[in-house]
Amino acid sequence: MTAVALDDRIGKAWKKPPLIANPALRWTLFIGALAYVVLAVASIDVNWSRVAEGLSRGWAFVTAFFTPDFVSRGGDIWAGILESVIITITSTVVGIGLSVPIGLGAARNIAPLPVYLVCRAIVSLSRALNEIIVAILLVAIFGFGPLAGFLTLSFATIGFMSKLLAEDIEEMSKAQAEAIRATGSSWLQWINYGVQPQVMPRLIGLSMYRLDINFRESAVLGLVGAGGIGATLNTAFDRYEYDTAAAILLIIIVTVMALEYLSGIIRAKVQ
Amino acid sequence: MPVSTDIKGAKVWQLRNRNQTLIRWGSYLAAVAIFMWCWQRISEATTWFFVWDAPRIAADIGGRAWPPRWSYMDKLWGPLWDTFNMATLGTVMALFLAVPVAFLAARNTTPSTLFIRPVALFIIVATRSINSLIWALLLVAIVGPGVFAGLMAIALRSIGFCAKLLYEAIEEIDEKQVEAITATGASRWQVMTYAIVPQILPAFAGISVFRWDINIRESTVLGLVGAGGIGLQLQSSLNTLAWPQVTLILLVILFAVVVGEWVSAKVRGAII
Repeated sequence: MTAVALDDRIGKAWKKPPLIANPALRWTLFIGALAYVVLAVASIDVNWSRVAEGLSRGWAFVTAFFTPDFVSRGGDIWAGILESVIITITSTVVGIGLSVPIGLGAARNIAPLPVYLVCRAIVSLSRALNEIIVAILLVAIFGFGPLAGFLTLSFATIGFMSKLLAEDIEEMSKAQAEAIRATGSSWLQWINYGVQPQVMPRLIGLSMYRLDINFRESAVLGLVGAGGIGATLNTAFDRYEYDTAAAILLIIIVTVMALEYLSGIIRAKVQ
Repeated sequence: MPVSTDIKGAKVWQLRNRNQTLIRWGSYLAAVAIFMWCWQRISEATTWFFVWDAPRIAADIGGRAWPPRWSYMDKLWGPLWDTFNMATLGTVMALFLAVPVAFLAARNTTPSTLFIRPVALFIIVATRSINSLIWALLLVAIVGPGVFAGLMAIALRSIGFCAKLLYEAIEEIDEKQVEAITATGASRWQVMTYAIVPQILPAFAGISVFRWDINIRESTVLGLVGAGGIGLQLQSSLNTLAWPQVTLILLVILFAVVVGEWVSAKVRGAII
């Protein structure tokens, strides 16, 4: 047996197949992506001397996390957090209260076409507008304070909850709903006994999730004057009081963790 | 199923017994009380005169904001490009950082459940619970105003989100494939490349596009705190009360968001 024949028998070593089979497409995508990255990075001008100057401040902020100062601005922090919590609770309750009828209206298998279109339009509008932009407009209209924050988050909650609720209703089992209908139920009874039990566990889970989101969002609304802890945080950054800022951020992180843990327990219970 | 008898001796079926009913109504009462207290606090902090005046103010602003000043569009192309870059490069950077964090956080791939996993989970929660605007605020103070701060803010905020979804995907993989590759005598890295990565690749692609879509939305407002992009123009127009410009910017942002969502839906539809 000659060496050549042996090589032929063994064949070539296995190579991992490429992600995109077509080589022309692969190289076009690769070169295109590379060109974009080069162009994009070139258009960002970084002032490195400014960055180097700021690094000491960055380090001061990181070390501030180990020595957070809860006390010297304790009153402001407490008032801000309380206002954030108040905005979170009210906006979640009102937002969910409003998103149930809109969610029902945005489900194609329940609502007639005109209602469906109107509700879908509300949902799209609410989802497309960023919370901060809504907050700016509402602060301009309603003045500074937690009311603008409350309205902003309620509006944002509608878009989120209604969409997911409507999708859930559209995916429900028709058999159960039809069984209730066959007993001669009214429309309200049909919704209450045929639809609601099917979507309730998910609705509770989503509500908890939204509570979590609303708390996180309420922390930034203060930046544009819509109430909550954001205003205190902004002041702390502006005055380079990193230890106070770190304390506020730690409170936010711990609260979010606690909420996530709580929602995990509740979701495990209802599902 | 609790059954009680009424005065005539007939049996009455009930869904809950007395204690359960009491607890239920008690919690309803507590919930309503908490809500009303919160509402009262908001009401105290509100100048109601402004609220009653709101329809007039809204009509006034609306009247001044229309029609949008189309000629201002010339000055928006640059910021729009910056916004797009912040979202895209920020997402790419976040993914590079999120992949190792996700592997360290997933129960089945972490080197140590006791020490490394909690650290990875803390990174995920900490980056996720701080809004990108706060990250931007912080980074503007550290690296100075500009696109770079916005890019970093987007990247830092996205790490937690991507890593969380990714590590959940890693924990849900089919263990049989891992076992099969391990049985061939593969090293730890080879198991990862040939058994785990192919299984999470679709999830990874979906997550990246999903986050890119969210980042387009978020990067449009980062300029409000000085981190570059179209938000800077929005801020300066708001400060000078140039409402026709504000309308145009809002329309552009809306358009960018809708395009981003459309692209992301198309790509995700093609992958999954």
